[in-house]
Amino acid sequence: MLQDYISTGKKATRDGFGEGLHELGKQNPNVVALCADLVASLKMADFIKANPERFIQVGIAEANMMGIAAGLAIGGKIPYTGTFANFSTGRVYDQIRQSIAYSHKNVKICASHAGLTLGEDGATHQILEDIGMMRMLPGMTVINPCDFNQTKAATIAIAEHYGPVYLRFGRPNWPNIMPEYKFEIGKAIHMNEGSDVTIIATGHLVWNALEAARALEAEGISVYLLNIHTIKPLDEEAILDAVSKTKCVVTCEEHQINGGLGDAVANVLARNFPAPQEYVAVKDSFGESGTPDQLLVKYGLGTDDVIAAAKKVLSRK
Amino acid sequence: MPEITYLENVASQVRRDVLRQVHACASGHPGASLGCAEFFVALYFEIMHHDRAFNMKGAGEDVFFLSNGHISPVFYSTLARSGYFEVAELATFRKLNSRLQGHPATHEGLPGIRIASGSLGQGMSVAIGVALGKKLDGDDKTVFVLTGDGELQEGQVWEAAMFAPHNKLDNMIVTVDLNGRQIDGDTKDVLSLGDVEGKWRTFGWDVMTIENGNDMAAVVSGLKEAKSRLGKGKPVCVLLKTEMGFPIDFMVGTHKWHGAAPNDEQLANALGQLEETLGDY
Repeated sequence: MLQDYISTGKKATRDGFGEGLHELGKQNPNVVALCADLVASLKMADFIKANPERFIQVGIAEANMMGIAAGLAIGGKIPYTGTFANFSTGRVYDQIRQSIAYSHKNVKICASHAGLTLGEDGATHQILEDIGMMRMLPGMTVINPCDFNQTKAATIAIAEHYGPVYLRFGRPNWPNIMPEYKFEIGKAIHMNEGSDVTIIATGHLVWNALEAARALEAEGISVYLLNIHTIKPLDEEAILDAVSKTKCVVTCEEHQINGGLGDAVANVLARNFPAPQEYVAVKDSFGESGTPDQLLVKYGLGTDDVIAAAKKVLSRK
Repeated sequence: MPEITYLENVASQVRRDVLRQVHACASGHPGASLGCAEFFVALYFEIMHHDRAFNMKGAGEDVFFLSNGHISPVFYSTLARSGYFEVAELATFRKLNSRLQGHPATHEGLPGIRIASGSLGQGMSVAIGVALGKKLDGDDKTVFVLTGDGELQEGQVWEAAMFAPHNKLDNMIVTVDLNGRQIDGDTKDVLSLGDVEGKWRTFGWDVMTIENGNDMAAVVSGLKEAKSRLGKGKPVCVLLKTEMGFPIDFMVGTHKWHGAAPNDEQLANALGQLEETLGDY
């Protein structure tokens, strides 16, 4: 139910990663962490302080970091690599493809500062293509948690899964809405059950989708809201359950319209249950400098955009 | 310890295997495979302490990584001849449903392979990861990696080259196959490598050279020397001077056989220059 999800304050998803990694370090002696000169940004200091021998500073050499992580995985370690999402994917795509994905190495690629909400650094750093790149790789698990608690839980949970994982999170302080819970890879969270329109959101935009759902419900529109933290493997059953009830869907993501959650959902629906769909996503453009809130509005990812998309898709039923 | 002549005999058979593999599928990379036969045989039959009952982790044993994955024929032959899998399986090289992919892969579960390689420049980084893991685990065995010389044009090699000395990885040996040739021509013409020895030395490596990488005795003693230099705070780099295509008379002195398979007549000619010592598969 929507009223179960109340912001308990703003905290960054990257802080959730840092806390999760620190906790995991105490639980699992095989976990090692690598970083390419962004320890403070990735919030890795607590893990490093507690486990200095299990931290590897690689310097500004992301390609080397991915290969080293693959090598550590060969020896039975569970390496967590940390750098910005841009440098975790596009910059090292071939290294991930050959040395990690094709070689099926147990590497956790942890990527911060994803999307527009990176803010002022601008488009060079605001990667909006990473979900697409990573979900195309055979065997890669792709996770984009929505808040501090979900990121922390996901960081801990992925150590129990053998295989490469792409964990995407971000920079800004953001409403913390999820309870502390045990994260299940590939299991969507049904935040609200409804009958008029399905809204499926991932990452930071779960918050905007939640706000939009509240506004829509206030107008008498019944919303089925799904929090899809795992984009691959996708919870097809949850999506089909929801859309079969509402017969239309809006997907929300801090990503390009091409290749991300929306396309993954459209793929499922096209094969099983074709239904009108609207995308809340960046419309094939690069970002720019600005505050996170300004950028979400300018690029059509704000709460009002989710509401408008829902009304539009309802009209197409 | 095997006699040098025995190792030379193995190398002769490995070279026959290389040529017959690439001939059978009319593709593949015989040139540097032939040039590196002494290195592979010395490593797997004399230098490394390794377990033929393959274990991916490689704990408690020396491990080897091939970064220039295109010379897979010599790697596969060496693994088969040293007991990792049946020699007859070499006949499946590059064919559909084979474990012997064009470039080495773990995907099909071929024993002896711990990482995919082929896209160049990545093997040293992987070897570093394994070397770090061995240090963490108190495992005193050695990590070997082979890279081509053309491969040194990849930037990632130098990221790795900077990392290993900084982290005092004195449990790894990088060997550079210095044959001076790459697909498009001689390295000096395609993109000059400059002072290779000086580059590695200034990056902080303990560098040594094996002047004749196609002389089995020289390769064995060189690799022993390299191993003796470990444990002294620096990773070791071996510059291995080889001849692409060696010792086939019509394959040496050119880059032409980097990635070209011999036809029937050329195969017969080449095999006539190599003694069948262990029996063809």
